[in-house]
Amino acid sequence: MKLLNMSLAALHRLLKEKKISSTELTKEFLRHIQKAEPNLRSFLTITEEIALRKAEETDKKIAGQQPIGILEGIPMALKDNICTEGIPTTCASRILENFVPPYDATVTEKLKEAGTVLVGKLNMDEFAMGSTTENSGFYPTANPWDFARVPGGSSGGSAAAVAAREVPFALGSDTGGSIRQPAAFCGVVGLKPTYGAVSRYGLVAFASSLDQIGPLTKTVEDSALVLNIIAGHDPKDSTSVPFIKPDYTQYLENNVKDMKIGVPREFFAQGLKPEVQTVIEEAVRVYEQLGAQVEECSLPHMEYALPAYYLIASAECSSNLARYDGVRYGYRAKAEDMIDMFTTSRTEGFGQEVKRRIMLGTYALSSGYYDAYYAKAQKIRTLIKEDFEQAFTKFDVLLSPTTPTIAYRLGEKTDPLALYLGDVYTIPINLAGLPSISLPAGFADGMPVGLQLIGKHFAEGILLRAAYTFEQNTEHHKKIPAWLEEASKNVF
Amino acid sequence: MKISRKEVEHVALLARLKLSEEEINLYTEQLNSILEYAAKIQEIDTENVAPTAHAAQLFNVFREDEVKPSLAQEKVLENAPEAENGFFRVPRIV
Repeated sequence: MKLLNMSLAALHRLLKEKKISSTELTKEFLRHIQKAEPNLRSFLTITEEIALRKAEETDKKIAGQQPIGILEGIPMALKDNICTEGIPTTCASRILENFVPPYDATVTEKLKEAGTVLVGKLNMDEFAMGSTTENSGFYPTANPWDFARVPGGSSGGSAAAVAAREVPFALGSDTGGSIRQPAAFCGVVGLKPTYGAVSRYGLVAFASSLDQIGPLTKTVEDSALVLNIIAGHDPKDSTSVPFIKPDYTQYLENNVKDMKIGVPREFFAQGLKPEVQTVIEEAVRVYEQLGAQVEECSLPHMEYALPAYYLIASAECSSNLARYDGVRYGYRAKAEDMIDMFTTSRTEGFGQEVKRRIMLGTYALSSGYYDAYYAKAQKIRTLIKEDFEQAFTKFDVLLSPTTPTIAYRLGEKTDPLALYLGDVYTIPINLAGLPSISLPAGFADGMPVGLQLIGKHFAEGILLRAAYTFEQNTEHHKKIPAWLEEASKNVF
Repeated sequence: MKISRKEVEHVALLARLKLSEEEINLYTEQLNSILEYAAKIQEIDTENVAPTAHAAQLFNVFREDEVKPSLAQEKVLENAPEAENGFFRVPRIV
């Protein structure tokens, strides 16, 4: 288990001290991927050749006594809505099945410059719309803790790959919980940074005012290390915020003494399963014992967040996905005339959930309904934002469950509204643009349960400190699925 | 507010989607159940609330109007379903 289960810092030490080469390390992960994939299907593309070429570059640097960066030579994978030059980027959609981006996303470029080794692209719900990865246009991904359950979504492939130790870390994207919910379902750490902290350039757009890229990792320390690389202002993304990027690892302090933690009571209603609640209440006790001041609080407008979100996100999606028309890239259906080409390409290229959201969004934006739905939802968004601002005058961090339930069984949820309700605790945070992290808090029925922490805008530091302290004083993040213990025993 | 079958057909036309009879029925039912739930937001008075389009502070992003290199034409056309003489080729319009 050693090698596959090592932290980024430990892998870096091995590489630096020449105890292993990046090529050997990459091959080890590729071998494990080959073994795990038949059960998991986290990957849509495996880039073995490209990975080994990149690993060789690092090995040459090390051999030449050149210094290497902290993530240099370390394998990783990206959600398949993050553009990679020359490597297919499908968004798990048939409409982009043959799309090969002519450029890199900013995060891809940054990870390349940092010397990381891309081993593949990860499965997801089509265009990031969904919470189970069952909406993938290709195949569903399984949860590493129980192959009969979903890994969550939409970054289900990213969460499953990290949980199954197929990669040391992955990137996902989060529009309404798509990093945090699968992280919770798979028992890994998922961070959604503040809106504007990480460039969205080259992230295929779903709902532009909500989308944000973030890391999925085994530990909080790894999360800080990856955030160090990917965060920062980017002139290519006009919604990227110019801010002074700190070294996030400086916040990794095992101390929450006198930290003020608010527990919003609204996050303990709305379908919360008792076995999940028990785990989160235990987490609250951990924080209290460590000297944090934990207090109940209220975010009175939370019940309006979910309906407002689905109207706003669908409206933005219907507009963003108008570009898939078969003209410049993507799938083109055979057709007699132009309009027929647009319509048939879209009809044959998009899956059911994407069509449903395009329909909902088009309706919410259409003449006669715009004010009642879209404009009204934007006003609700203001109220949600103000609720959080109010709470943060008193608290450093807010604490809640990440999800009301553990991972669903594959095929268990078919009603779209029932699935939307599962996002109830993660969505308000995207509407307010806040940073938030999900970390392993324990188990219910043998499945992982996620603890969600929420911070002020650009307060990733305090969020990481609160998460790190919890992690250092608990053992949940060290557990791995039983099959993995066996499968990953290796020479190292 | 209820969405009718006819409206679903109209919205599909606006969104450039062709729906089968079954899909029209299914979406009418599902959109109604989602909209019924979304009607919750009407409960609350927002008369004096300003809308939020973006959670990040809004500011204009200015830059010099300079010519900078962009993607090469052949790269732009690499993914084109059909291209000819440096153009995207599409079916006849008129």
